[in-house]
Amino acid sequence: MNLLSYSAVELAAAIKEGKVTAVEAMEAVLSKIEETESKINAYVTIDKEAALAAAKAVQEKIETGVLTGPLAGVPVAIKDNLCTEGMLTTCASKILENFVPTFSAEAVINLEKAGAVIIGKTNMDEFAMGSTTETSAYGETKNPWNLEHVPGGSSGGSAAAVASNECFFALGSDTGGSIRQPASFCGVVGLKPTYGTVSRYGLIAYGSSLDQIGPLTKNVSDCATVLEVLATHDTKDSTSVKCEDTDFTSALVEDVSGMKIGIPRDYFGEGIDAEVKEAVLAAAKALEGKGAVVEEFDLSLVEYAIPTYYTIAAAEASSNLERFDGVKYGYRTSEFDGLHNMYKKTRSEGFGAEVKRRIMLGSFVLSSGYYDAYYLKALKVKAMIKKVFDDAFAKYDLILGPVAPTTAPKLGDSLSDPLKMYLGDIYTISVNLAGLPGISVPCGKDSKGLPIGLQLIADSFQEKKLIQTAYTYEKLRGAFGMED
Amino acid sequence: MAKQYETVIGLEVHVELATKTKIFCGCSTAFGGAPNTHTCPVCTGMPGTLPVLNKQVVNYALAVGLATNCEITQYCKFDRKNYFYPDNPQNYQISQLYLPICRNGHVEIETSEGKKAVGIHEIHMEEDAGKLIHDEWEDCSLVDYNRSGVPLIEIVSEPDMRSAEEVIAYLEKLRMTIQYLGASDCKLNEGSMRADVNLSVREVGAEQFGTRTEMKNLNSFRAITRAIENERERQIDLLESGQQVIQETRRWDDNKEYSYAMRSKEDAQDYRYFPDPDLVPVYISDEWLAEIKNSQPEFREEKMARYKKEFGIPEYDIGIITDSKHMADLFEETVAICHEPKKVSNWLMGETLRLLKEKSMDAEDIHFSPENLAKLVALVDSKAINSSVAKEVFEVMFEEDIDPEQYVEEKGLKTVNDEGALRKTIEEVIASNPQSVEDYRNGKEKAIGFLVGQTMKAMKGKADPGMVNQILKELL
Repeated sequence: MNLLSYSAVELAAAIKEGKVTAVEAMEAVLSKIEETESKINAYVTIDKEAALAAAKAVQEKIETGVLTGPLAGVPVAIKDNLCTEGMLTTCASKILENFVPTFSAEAVINLEKAGAVIIGKTNMDEFAMGSTTETSAYGETKNPWNLEHVPGGSSGGSAAAVASNECFFALGSDTGGSIRQPASFCGVVGLKPTYGTVSRYGLIAYGSSLDQIGPLTKNVSDCATVLEVLATHDTKDSTSVKCEDTDFTSALVEDVSGMKIGIPRDYFGEGIDAEVKEAVLAAAKALEGKGAVVEEFDLSLVEYAIPTYYTIAAAEASSNLERFDGVKYGYRTSEFDGLHNMYKKTRSEGFGAEVKRRIMLGSFVLSSGYYDAYYLKALKVKAMIKKVFDDAFAKYDLILGPVAPTTAPKLGDSLSDPLKMYLGDIYTISVNLAGLPGISVPCGKDSKGLPIGLQLIADSFQEKKLIQTAYTYEKLRGAFGMED
Repeated sequence: MAKQYETVIGLEVHVELATKTKIFCGCSTAFGGAPNTHTCPVCTGMPGTLPVLNKQVVNYALAVGLATNCEITQYCKFDRKNYFYPDNPQNYQISQLYLPICRNGHVEIETSEGKKAVGIHEIHMEEDAGKLIHDEWEDCSLVDYNRSGVPLIEIVSEPDMRSAEEVIAYLEKLRMTIQYLGASDCKLNEGSMRADVNLSVREVGAEQFGTRTEMKNLNSFRAITRAIENERERQIDLLESGQQVIQETRRWDDNKEYSYAMRSKEDAQDYRYFPDPDLVPVYISDEWLAEIKNSQPEFREEKMARYKKEFGIPEYDIGIITDSKHMADLFEETVAICHEPKKVSNWLMGETLRLLKEKSMDAEDIHFSPENLAKLVALVDSKAINSSVAKEVFEVMFEEDIDPEQYVEEKGLKTVNDEGALRKTIEEVIASNPQSVEDYRNGKEKAIGFLVGQTMKAMKGKADPGMVNQILKELL
C-alpha cells in the first residue's frame, strides 16, 4: 500500500506500530509536493528543513512514549491565515508578505501538542475573501481533479493539498462556507464546527462573529479525530465555549436508524445544477434506506442569507483589516509624503481588489446615517435566520442539502462576475449566520468528473450527529478516489 | 445696556482605573517603564489576537456609577470606535457607545452660591491609546504601547455647570469619590484624570443653548479655570462683534494662556461605531450589583460626621484629614492602636502637612505606617522622649518609615529620668553660671530659662524639661 494513500489515523497507527516513521511520512509528502505542487500551487510557504526536523523530534517522542495520540507523526498543512510562530503568515496578501508571527494560533498549538507535524502554509483567497482561491496575491490554486478548474475557496489550498495527497489533513477556516465549499469541490471531507467550539486565538480575523476553524480530511474518521484535538476551551478567546461533549470519535458509528433528516425545498429551486441535485437527493435516499427518517420542509428566509452575510462580514472585515497600515509590521509603501499618504499608498498597494471591495462595502454599511438601515437590519435578519433553524431543529436532527449549487467552476469564470460568485455561497452562508455546525462529504461526480458535496447541518454543539450520519453515509457510498 | 451672558459648561472626564493589569490583556499598568516593555501581542494589536475583559474594570466602573447615583445598564456591550492613528495599534479603540455601563446619575456640589446637583449623562469603559514620541533629531516618530490598553472610564456630565467655580467643585467631588473608592488616584498632572471642557454662552434668560466648543489639554485646576474664563470671553467677543461661534475642538496652551482650533465639526471623523464581535456582552447580575453595593466604602460626608461624634477633634482637622482617603485611613488605623485621636491629628495637621508642603508631595504619597506613628505617640506620652526629639524622630520616620522605638534606642535619644544624674548636672550648671543664679534670686524669673537651656545642652537634649525646671527651682 502506498504510504500516501493512508488516512491520517491510519498513518499514525502505522507509525505507532513501527511500520513507518514520522520522518518517512514527511519525506513522502515532500516528494509528492515536489512532483505536483508546480501544477497545483496549494502552498504559499513550505519549510522542508523545519518540517523534517520537527518530524524527527516527534518520532523520538513517539518512540519514548511521550506522544501516543491518534495524530502523532502525521504531516499537516495549515491555512495561511492561522498564525504560526516563526513561520511566514501572509493571509495570501501582499500586505503581510513579510509577516512572521511571534506566537502560534491555539488550534495550531493543539495540533502540535498532539504530535502533528506542520508541512507549511496553504494558499487561500486573500484574507479569506473569495470562493475560488483566485484572489490570492501568490497565484491561484488549481483543482487537483481538473487543473482548469478552481479548487473552491477560501480554504482552496488546504482542500487541494488534501485531495492531491500533498498532506494527510489540513486546517481551514470557514466564515461563509470556506471549508465546506472547497471540500466539496475537491472531493474531501470538511467540517465547520459550531461557533465557539475551536478557539479563534491566532486566526487572523475576517468576519469575527462568523469565523470558525475546522478540519479538511480524507474521510470522516480523520475529521472526528482532528476535531477532538481542536475543541478545547480557551480563556484567550472570549467567544470560546466550554463544550461538554467532545469525544467526537465515539460518534463514528454506522447507524442512522430513526435519525430525523429534513431537506429544505428552498435549497433545490432555481439555480441548482441538475447533476448536483440528483447526487444529493440520491445520498438522502441512501440514508433513508439505512433507516433515517427523511422528509422535505420549507426552511424560508434563504434568499436573505447572502445580503445579510455580505453586510455583516464586510462590516467586521472593514474594522478587522484596519490594523494593516504599514506602521508596525507587513508591507509599507516605499515613498510617501506624511502619515496619511503612507496609510493610503500602503493599503492601496498592499490589498487586492476583492479585499478593497469588501472594505469599502463594510465601511459604507457602518457609516453614520446608514448603520441602522444596513448593519443593524442585517443583525435583525441574522437573528431571524437563527430562529428558522431553531424551528427546524425542533423537528429534525439534521438538515441535508447541497454544499454549492454547482461543481467547481473554471478558472477565471467567477471573478469576472462577483455577484454570481457571491450567490454560489447560498447554501453555506446561513450556517455561519446561525453559528451552526456543518459538514461536507463527497457524494458523487458530475459528467465532467468533478466532485459533488453533500452538506449536513446540525443544531449547535450537535457535531456528533453530523459525524455519525456522515460516517454512515461514507460507508454506504464506498471509496471515493481520484483515478490517477 | 450691555447684554448679560450666561456660561453653560459640561465636562468629559477620563479617569485611569487603578487595576494592576490592562483592560483586555494581562500586561502591567504600572506608570513609567522602558518603552514597549509592558506590552504583549494583544495590546500591540498583532494579527490574530483577541481581547478578554478584565472583570475588575467593570467592578470599578460599577462602584463609580453607584457612588454617582447612576442607573446601571445590566446588559452592556463594548463597541469599536474606528479611526486611523499610530498610537492606536488596531486602528480602532474598544469603547462603549450604544450601551454604556452607567447612565442618568448626578453628584451634589457646594460652592459659594450654595448646593446644586450636576447631572451625569453616562459613564463608559474604554481602553487608553499608546504614546507617540516625535524624534526631532532623527526626524521620525516612535510609539510606546505601554499605555495602550490601560483601562479608562469616561464620565460625561450634563451641561449643568455655569462657572469655573462649579466646574472645580464638580471635579473635586469626582476626585474625592473615586479616590475613596480606590478606583483611581485621579492625578491631573500625571494624566490619571483628564478633563475636556464643553462650553457655550447664551444671553441670560435664553432657552436655547449657544454653539459649543470643546477644550482639550487641561492639566491642572488652574489651567481649567483660566481656559474657561478665556473661552467665555472669546465667545462673547465673537457674538458681540456679530460673528458666530464655530463648533470645534480647541487646544489650550497653558504657557501662552490661549487656545487654538484643532478641528471643526466639518472635519469630524465618522467613527463607524459597531459592537465588538470579539467580546461577549457583559451581563451584570443582581447578585454582582449587590456585591458592589455592599462593598462601597464610607464616603467623605459620612466619615466627617462620624469623626465629629467618635473622635471629638476640631472640624477644621476633620476637613483636612478626610480630604484624602489615604490620610483618613492612616488617622483611623493609628487611633485604633493608640486611642489618642487628638494627638494623632496634631501630628498630621502639624508636622505631616509641613513636610508635605516643604517637599511638594500629596497626602497620597505619605508612606509611614500607622504602627510607627502610634509608637511615636506612645513614646511622647510616656515621656520617654521630649517633644523636640520627637519632631526629629518624626522627620526620619516621614522619610524612611523607621520604627521610632528602635531608632530612639539605637541613637540613645531617650530622656534621662535618672534624678541623681540630672541633679548632678544641674548642680554643675548652677556652679558655673553664678550670674544667672544671682539674677534669678534677684527676681529675674526669665533667668531660669537660660539655666534650663544650659542643662538641656549638657544633657544633649535628652532630659525632660518639666523635671529640669522642678529640680532647678528646688536647688535655687
